[in-house]
Amino acid sequence: MPLAFAAAAVHAPGITGRPQNATEQQRNAFFPAYRRLRERLEAARLDALVMVSAEHFTNFFMNNMPAFCFGLAEGFPGPSEDEPFLKIPKTTVPGAARLARALATAVSEEVDISHSEELVLDHGFMVPLHLLTPDMRLPIVPIVVNCLAAPRPALKRCYALGRSLRRAIDARAERVGLLACGGLSHWPAVPESGKINVEWDRAFLEDFLAHRLDALTRYTEEEIERDAGPGGHEVRAWIVVSAATEGARGEMLCFEPIPAYAITGAIVAMAV
Amino acid sequence: MIGVSLYAVQKVLFRLNNDAAVRKRFAADRDAVLAEYALTPEERRALAEADVGRLHLMGVHPLLLAPFAGRSGLKWPDYLAALQRARNAQRT
Repeated sequence: MPLAFAAAAVHAPGITGRPQNATEQQRNAFFPAYRRLRERLEAARLDALVMVSAEHFTNFFMNNMPAFCFGLAEGFPGPSEDEPFLKIPKTTVPGAARLARALATAVSEEVDISHSEELVLDHGFMVPLHLLTPDMRLPIVPIVVNCLAAPRPALKRCYALGRSLRRAIDARAERVGLLACGGLSHWPAVPESGKINVEWDRAFLEDFLAHRLDALTRYTEEEIERDAGPGGHEVRAWIVVSAATEGARGEMLCFEPIPAYAITGAIVAMAV
Repeated sequence: MIGVSLYAVQKVLFRLNNDAAVRKRFAADRDAVLAEYALTPEERRALAEADVGRLHLMGVHPLLLAPFAGRSGLKWPDYLAALQRARNAQRT
């Protein structure tokens, strides 16, 4: 069955942890847009959701840092963060283990990946899940991307992963969705925190929506660091989804810079 | 530039952030935990005293530093201010 749902959305901890810190106008632009995405996800009646998010030193360290890691377990505990920080209760999110293993096997024909039966979910997965499937019953296939410690997977490899994932998903009988979870420009946990390069975000999203491979993958690591901050490396998750939805029209549900959440509140749904 | 030694500093922080048993041992006897890693005296001091400004200047990743700062009792604005102070002091 062809890919049944595809989207990309931000996952900053402040979204659930400290929502009141954004202005009323920002909240009114952002949270209803996330609700519209939830309605689309529910309408897609998915059997499972493949989620692509960034490593944040939750599962991996520089002793063994995979470029791409597929979670193959029957369930994933999360969030790893304390409840007062994220305001999301600790739970176990069901894994789509059979599907995960099949996707990992198919993708391995084209892209080198690793896999784990012990992934823990941090805010990267849990913030979108809390807003989209608060009952935490939709089985997921988490994919962790090294957006953290150089050398990271090249942007072109993320594109290759997206294309390969799409072929693998389309070949399955289940109704499968795909969600990229991550920020555009941001400077987490440093004095610049709250700074947003709105123009950079806008330009990236234009290329994302048009699936412009050359433009999306043109940035050097130094350019991302300088213009989009250390958090900007998370655009890898977005690139995976742009590649997986090539040719599909995208709809920007929200583009609202929210310094209190340290990101542009960007939410995009793809018409797949 | 991340050197061999900075790797050990970051490893200590990763272990503290992700393993409650290590945190417990660190709270009881930080010197014993730090002795298990190949640290310079300056690095050992910065970790033992939770000198986040110094650790920031060494190049420790902020996503390792911020949770450590929080557990060491630093409030978020004070953590960010400590990093900024360290940068300012380095410039002068």
